[in-house]
Amino acid sequence: MKTRHKRIALIVGGLAVLGLVVALVLNAFQSNLVFFFSPTQVAAGEAPKGKPFRIGGMVREGSIKREADGVTLRFVMTDTEKDMTVAYTGILPDLFREGKGAVAQGKLGEDGVFIASEVLAKHDENYMPPEAAKAVGDAHERAAANKAAIEATAKTIKQ
Amino acid sequence: MSNKQINWFKFASPQAFYPLAGRMIPWFWGLAAVFGIAGLYIGFLVAPTDAQQGEGYRIIFLHVPASWMSMFIYLVMAFWAGLGLAFNFRLSGMMASALAPTGALFAFLSLWTGALWGKPMWGAWWVWDARLTSELILLFLYVGFIALQSAIDDPRRADKAGAILALVGVVNVPIIYFSVKWWNTLHQGSSVSLTKSPSMAMTMLWGMLLCALACWMYAIAVALMRVRTIMLERERHTDWVRAELRELCEPAGGE
Amino acid sequence: MYWNSFSEFLAMGSHGLYVWGSVGVMTVAMILEPVLLIKGQKELISRLKRQFRAERSEQRVGRNADRATPSQG
Repeated sequence: MKTRHKRIALIVGGLAVLGLVVALVLNAFQSNLVFFFSPTQVAAGEAPKGKPFRIGGMVREGSIKREADGVTLRFVMTDTEKDMTVAYTGILPDLFREGKGAVAQGKLGEDGVFIASEVLAKHDENYMPPEAAKAVGDAHERAAANKAAIEATAKTIKQ
Repeated sequence: MSNKQINWFKFASPQAFYPLAGRMIPWFWGLAAVFGIAGLYIGFLVAPTDAQQGEGYRIIFLHVPASWMSMFIYLVMAFWAGLGLAFNFRLSGMMASALAPTGALFAFLSLWTGALWGKPMWGAWWVWDARLTSELILLFLYVGFIALQSAIDDPRRADKAGAILALVGVVNVPIIYFSVKWWNTLHQGSSVSLTKSPSMAMTMLWGMLLCALACWMYAIAVALMRVRTIMLERERHTDWVRAELRELCEPAGGE
Repeated sequence: MYWNSFSEFLAMGSHGLYVWGSVGVMTVAMILEPVLLIKGQKELISRLKRQFRAERSEQRVGRNADRATPSQG
């Protein structure tokens, strides 16, 4: 009888702990289903106000600048529609690069600059050797150049 | 007692499955070794570096197979559990119990290798995004299943309780799989899926698929080993186990 | 072969700790699991064998006792 009571207590205790863990995890799950907001969403006022949140997007090419104090970085995050300037002091992950994805956690300041406390890099699901990546990049460039040339020709024909 | 039950399939009865599993185990170990060596050879010695991530991407040859297995084993476990609940096969409950620890191990390895991959690439060991959180829930489901079964003495009731938990938890598997599509996550999308051509160089893809096959063979071998132990334990009072034991005792013991 | 030297292979382009940390834990886990399983099965079989022998000798003692006192019971 006594061992049975002990067992029941053990099961109840175990289930309570498990329930608590699941509740905590589900809470985290729910509040992070939207892991980050895009600059467009922030501009539309969808991001929580007065609370820390994350923004995600592409780091604009040529936008990374070190401030006069030598430790603070400023860069522009973009989703190609809206831009947002981010200020950050700290260590950057290896894959944080211009033209690549990133997610920054922090608060939106009064002046519209996002003060980040943590910056994470977001990479894509493509895996290829550098030569292949270069070939793809060159092809994109050629395609863009072709498009520009065609547009220019079209313009001159119209005129 | 064992003779009263109808054997729906020839090998669905433990006494037929026990020796069959014993004969199959070495073959699965052999296949696991062959695929594993080939996969690791290609992945770590032949495959080129990745343009974005450099050499660190090689964790993919462990991380993706472990993650796939953690989800796939759960589906198989839930399938056996459901079969046991519906038809009361003696074998199905044992199969579900045999799969759970291996599934839990793969879920843990998926999180472990993922953390070691996330730190250098993303800049964080862990984030609470939908993909990572749902994989963590999968690990908890496995642990919960094992704990629930071990808390109940009567194997039939333990099977039933475990089966209900396993079947409820199945919803989590598509959530893990599609989380990267349904919500915005830090975790990247799938490189390999049924709906599009893989976004990986061929050598890398081959290395990964071979490693996945190796994990598959490993999981089968280990699950068969565990199910044999569970069978002996649970059926120790039946005629066929006593016959096995007589065979083991008599030539050695002599008396 | 992709690598130029063994040290280059170990370094994994500055990510050696992460890569080998993954490989190491996964290898240990996938060796430990079957080893523990084999150990568990051996222990179970020897336990069952002991029980089996004990039951048989009990039966034998019982039979002998019956034969020794046939008039009773």
